[in-house]
Amino acid sequence: MDSSQLLGITTFTYFFSTILYAILFIFKAKKLGTPATVFTVIAFLIQTAGIILRWVESYKIGYGHAPLTNMYESVVFFAWTIILMYLLIEWKFKAKVIGAFAVPFAFLAMAYGSFSTGINKEISPLIPALQSNWLIAHVVTCFIGYAAFTVAAGLGVMYLVKNTSASKQETNDDTILGTLPPLKVIDDITHKTMVFGFLWLSVGIITGAIWANSAWGTYWSWDPKETWSLITWFVYAITLHARYTRGWGGTRIAWLAIVGFISVIFTYYGVNFLLSGLHSYGSS
Amino acid sequence: MNKKNPVVSLFASVKLALFTLILLAVTSIIGTIIPQKESYDFYVQNYSESTARIFKVLSIPDMYNSWWFLGLLGLLSLNLIVCSFDRFPGVWKQIKKDNLETDPERVAKMRHSQAFQAEQNEEELSTRISTALRESGWKPEQRKHGEATMFFGQKGAMTRTGVYIVHASILIIFVGAIVGELLGFKGSVMLPETRTTGSVYEFGTGKAIDLGFEVRCNRFDIEFYETGMPKEYRSSLTVLENDKVILDKDIEVNGPLTYKGITFYQSSYQGFQDFILHVTDKKTGVSEMISIPFQQRGTLTKHNGALIGVINAETIGQSVSRIKLWFKDNQGPASIFWVPDGDEVTVQRTNTDYVIGGKQMYATGLQVAKDPGVWIVYIGCGMMIFGLYLAFFMSHRRVWIVLKPEKSGHSIQLGGSSNKNRVGFEKTFAALADTVKAALK
Repeated sequence: MDSSQLLGITTFTYFFSTILYAILFIFKAKKLGTPATVFTVIAFLIQTAGIILRWVESYKIGYGHAPLTNMYESVVFFAWTIILMYLLIEWKFKAKVIGAFAVPFAFLAMAYGSFSTGINKEISPLIPALQSNWLIAHVVTCFIGYAAFTVAAGLGVMYLVKNTSASKQETNDDTILGTLPPLKVIDDITHKTMVFGFLWLSVGIITGAIWANSAWGTYWSWDPKETWSLITWFVYAITLHARYTRGWGGTRIAWLAIVGFISVIFTYYGVNFLLSGLHSYGSS
Repeated sequence: MNKKNPVVSLFASVKLALFTLILLAVTSIIGTIIPQKESYDFYVQNYSESTARIFKVLSIPDMYNSWWFLGLLGLLSLNLIVCSFDRFPGVWKQIKKDNLETDPERVAKMRHSQAFQAEQNEEELSTRISTALRESGWKPEQRKHGEATMFFGQKGAMTRTGVYIVHASILIIFVGAIVGELLGFKGSVMLPETRTTGSVYEFGTGKAIDLGFEVRCNRFDIEFYETGMPKEYRSSLTVLENDKVILDKDIEVNGPLTYKGITFYQSSYQGFQDFILHVTDKKTGVSEMISIPFQQRGTLTKHNGALIGVINAETIGQSVSRIKLWFKDNQGPASIFWVPDGDEVTVQRTNTDYVIGGKQMYATGLQVAKDPGVWIVYIGCGMMIFGLYLAFFMSHRRVWIVLKPEKSGHSIQLGGSSNKNRVGFEKTFAALADTVKAALK
């Protein structure tokens, strides 16, 4: 058994998890709740094993680095953090149906990593610029932030879906939307998830700055990746201020969660492929 | 409350903060799409003459240092300062508030409240209540309100400062950046092996900056992976002051050298057509180093004018793998032999043996920076994380208990409030109520 097999299995198990949560949501099959969670946890453990194994394999080859260094490894880790974030939220807020809006993102990330032809899945050695102890701290903190924002966007979509017909069917538990948590609860979880992501994005930007300073002597050079991470930071700073001081909530915050997510995806993915800069090694 | 100056209230407003943040977010995109710091001709070629002119007027080619972008950051700073001065006194009042002055009647109307009855005498109940509070970690204070006794405990009052710590941290980061800009420099130098430099060249201007000491590059090495990808760039550097060696250090990417606040970073390299050769006479032990261009001869003065030259070199990719040397002392015909790059061989001559080695000559590309503001920036960063944690994940929780004599026995009224995380506080409050209830039995 090698890491690529385990990660391949993960892609399918997350697909299956997505289906389970979708059935749970659409057919109100509440009995599927526990199996969906159990299945997702198993998939998560398989993926964890896959990531650890890939780490071990890189030492066996002689390259010896954490599996966080190219596009493939980063989408795998992205999927992992999304599931971790989702499981924590499910556990804390006891709302399984959120899975229907969060787990698909992890599946899509894995599917992209597994099936896209433009992605190199090999374990490759580290170029000198990436050989730093800051690598793990920087990548892990950024991805915790990204994952939180991804789940927040899923929750934002959930809010909007529920809200479209909420006025007509508010109390009707028999409809599909009746299985979703009340709007106020979704709004609250969305907000808390964004706050969590904001703290980690801040730490991610700071660790990146410290790393840049120890590698190049400049903690901030306005390269496109840095700039986009700052733009993302601004978007969430705006969202949090609008909520705390102007009382924004509901639909507006749901939309901002989605706008923020678009900025995250551009920071993470778009910059590597559409723009050039210091982070260009992340694109292969 | 006094009526505020409209200018002050504008600069203290969150509306302005939102407006500035939105403008910063939107305008920042420009510089990620339009390449920065290129020449005027670049913009003419890639866009058009008139677009290039508009870019120039608006400082788009260096927008993050432009008057308008720095102006936006300045506006944000002003906003942060005025807003904090405007609001902080009120928050400080909340923190320092004498909560035992609260009207006992209000305790029952608080967001969280619960009431009990008890039969014991006042002294007994008073002890039990303060013990229960203490055991739950509330460090209670108490005061008489007529016949009633009020107990009060709070946690995390200082967490109310979190937001202001974050705001201050942003200003501190800006201060650090300004200090670096005014008192520091960023430059680079291309330093060939065996050479020494006392100055480097500033980015952008190319102006020479005197270091106040000298740096020598002893040697530069590149290691490769089997795939041909570079594994490590390493320069062996020596710092000299008045020709005296101060320190030696090998630097790598991610592993710089700092001396007197100036840091040298490994950033690039350049291969030369020159070679560095060294020759040691095994009998006399005399050793000599010489650098000579490809296919030229050099004279070894310490070896009675022996001659040496590089007649050929094999390369793999862009780096030399082995070199073919020509060597002749004053005894017999010349020796011709191969030496692997960076290695040495023993050459037998009539009178003595020589150890001869050689390598391609490189120059190491050093990025050189002095930034006395960087620690200020890091302190700001640390404060920001601490402040964000306080602001978002900690709350100011307060509990009151009023013990009041009734016609028969006493009434015990609990009340509590939290400025954030009401759900979490509900549990804390319920747990406290249980503890108090148990203590009354």
